Amino acid sequence: MTKSKSAYSTPSKLGKLDTHIIVVWVDNESGVLARVVGLFSGRGYNIESLAVAEIDNKQNISRITIVTTGTPQVIEQIKLQLKKLVPVHKVADFEREDKKVIFKEMALLKIVANQAKIKKSLNACKKYNPVILDKTNKSVVIQVTALRREIDKMTKNLKPLGLVSASRTGAVAMTRGAEIFK
Amino acid sequence: MSKLISGAEIVFKALEDQNVEFIFGYPGGAVLPIYDELKNHKKIKHILVRHEQGAGHAAEGYARSSGKPGVVLVTSGPGATNVVTALTDAYMDSVPLVCISGQVPTHLIGTDAFQECDTTGITRPCTKHNWLVKDINDLPKIMHRAFEVATTGRPGPVLVDIPKDIQFAKTKYSKPKKEKKLNGKIKTKFNQKDIDQLINLMIKAKKPIFYTGGGVINSGPKASELLRELVNITGFPITSTLQGLGAFPGDDSQFIGMLGMHGTYEANNAMHDCDLLINIGARFDDRITGKIDEFSPNSKKVHIDIDPSSINKIVKVDLAIVGDVAEVISSTTKSLKNKNLNLEKSNKQKISSWWEKIQKWRTKKSLDYINSDKIIKPQHAVQRLYELTKNRDTYITTEVGQHQMWAAQHYPFSKPNRWMTSGGLGTMGYGLPAAVGVQIAHPKKLVVDIAGEASVLMTIQEMSTAVQYNLPIKIFILNNQYMGMVRQWQELLHEKNYSESYSAALPDFVKLAEAYGCVGIRAKTPGELDEKIQEMIDVDKPVIFDCCVDPHENCFPMIPSGKPHNQMLLGPKDQEENKITGKGKTLV
Ligand SMILES: Cc1ncc(C[n+]2csc(CCOP(=O)(O)OP(=O)(O)O)c2C)c(N)n1
Ligand SMILES: [Mg+2]
Repeated sequence: MTKSKSAYSTPSKLGKLDTHIIVVWVDNESGVLARVVGLFSGRGYNIESLAVAEIDNKQNISRITIVTTGTPQVIEQIKLQLKKLVPVHKVADFEREDKKVIFKEMALLKIVANQAKIKKSLNACKKYNPVILDKTNKSVVIQVTALRREIDKMTKNLKPLGLVSASRTGAVAMTRGAEIFK
Repeated sequence: MSKLISGAEIVFKALEDQNVEFIFGYPGGAVLPIYDELKNHKKIKHILVRHEQGAGHAAEGYARSSGKPGVVLVTSGPGATNVVTALTDAYMDSVPLVCISGQVPTHLIGTDAFQECDTTGITRPCTKHNWLVKDINDLPKIMHRAFEVATTGRPGPVLVDIPKDIQFAKTKYSKPKKEKKLNGKIKTKFNQKDIDQLINLMIKAKKPIFYTGGGVINSGPKASELLRELVNITGFPITSTLQGLGAFPGDDSQFIGMLGMHGTYEANNAMHDCDLLINIGARFDDRITGKIDEFSPNSKKVHIDIDPSSINKIVKVDLAIVGDVAEVISSTTKSLKNKNLNLEKSNKQKISSWWEKIQKWRTKKSLDYINSDKIIKPQHAVQRLYELTKNRDTYITTEVGQHQMWAAQHYPFSKPNRWMTSGGLGTMGYGLPAAVGVQIAHPKKLVVDIAGEASVLMTIQEMSTAVQYNLPIKIFILNNQYMGMVRQWQELLHEKNYSESYSAALPDFVKLAEAYGCVGIRAKTPGELDEKIQEMIDVDKPVIFDCCVDPHENCFPMIPSGKPHNQMLLGPKDQEENKITGKGKTLV
């Protein structure tokens, strides 16, 4: 839903919502995640997923990847508001459909079933780089990396095959080729 | 080499290095080491307020009238939570404040210790940045950075939360590095291409208008001077937001009054009909734009602002120039002059029919009201106050409500930094403590808080501060016995259901003044008004002036909710024809 921008304006035209992946490089100091997340909740922006970890322990830089939806105007505001935060170094923004960027999410899937079903499950994951992390004669834990919608679909398909628990990360992103985002 | 000094001493050293002269504060357990250190720093004077919100607003008044950052010192827990309203107010109106708060010792943080609260958590959304100092070695750097963040780019409040053990702990002090960062985090500078584009638009325009805001004031007195020159050589009409009043002389013929919800007929119609709108340091606030879909529908829009996130936030613009207002105006003027366009003559002709239209709107005299010789009309009271104070350099603060709008409409300003009002947050109780801060910054000047009887009671305790420091502030209450602005909305939008907007049991303001040890004056009739105002001006003491005004007066013109700029209510006669209906009612 687009929020009305003015106390007067009834939210008339609902703009088209696009999904964007916003990557934020921040100082890894206490409270920085709260600042970023608080900016989103305080201004009514949407967070679909969030991934954050330190990527440079010498310079104390963390990389936060946020998947969000919004009108072009809202996406623009998100970037500009993020850039104003003191611990933020740079902000990149990719459209989900952007072919020059790789997006990946990871999921850990626990399947409890008989061997036939486990086999079927592994088969179903084949396209998504499955790694077996744990195995007993009535269960398996599989790691997959894929796009969000692929994992969505897979978990749906695995339910009847004995999927009992799924643990997922938010998306992370990287540009293709030799270039890096400045 | 340099000796080890305590955190408390570092705080003062940093303040001294920033040339801070005054701190507005209130002591408590978690800041006692800092208070203990106060005696060793004679250059810094502490102003003891009566409530931490008062400290915040006083610091705002000080900052806005002097151009220097205001400094606040409060204790942990309730001290910090009490200052939150003022921080939010400063955040909304871009006022540079540095708030230092005490915190429980680091080993007690997170234990629900006595007077512990998550101060940085609570103030995160209402500051530009805040810091919890966990290591004494970080303190000098953080103190310097706090001032830098508060004063560069779009100014605003910051908070430094210092646990008590850090105030005792010792380290070496390092001086602030002297680097001039004009625009805070933003490194890119606008370029000549932008300016050329702006000039092109200006040359082509037939119906141009300048719409200026608080950004011009924040850019410093030089920006106001430059603005006057630019407006003068272009011949364009200029309107201003509530916060921008004073950047351009209110009595100049090119000034067409304030715009927005209670702006003039000519300003709002000009905004609606213009073909070029040049926004300088304003932010398309909803009180300005009215119905956004119908806001200035046929204009090219230019936005000049130091804050990139203000651009395209609410209104999509055709040309954005990110930069300090003074620099952008100065480049524009220079380029105009270089091109030798002789705008003064050519332009004034081209836009002469635009001016004719504006003159026609002006003849509506939208600020007029029906005066009375029996009862004091609030507008008349403001006008008399203006007439009797205009020959001195007067500073005006306000509370929030009808009186605030009447002050904005009927008290013109000729200089920047003379008008301090809570615009963004609309904080009742702002004006009195703000007046305290203004008077501290300008001890010899006349400082008047144009107040409402309801608002002023929210921070009335600061009269005690005024008395303690011999601050002869004048609290000029337009006493209509109502929360007038609430009553007005109820009259126009809620079928005259005056739910809880009448203040029964108001205090006797004259006796209240006397109880505080200041002077109380009451005016009941138009006949005695001038004489009483003069008496107020002449006494060299704080005054509470109880000006008994017509309780039923409404503030016009008014753009009702849900209506665009060109559909204004114009005073009593006009109302019947323009009832607010439907959707407008549900909006704030
Ligand atoms: C702290 C706070 N609470 C509530 C409001 C809502 N409000 C806006 S104006 C107003 C009435 C102000 O009454 P008064 O000070 O007497 O001024 P008047 O409108 O009568 O001139 C109120 C309650 C506010 N702006 N601030
Ligand atoms: Mg009132």
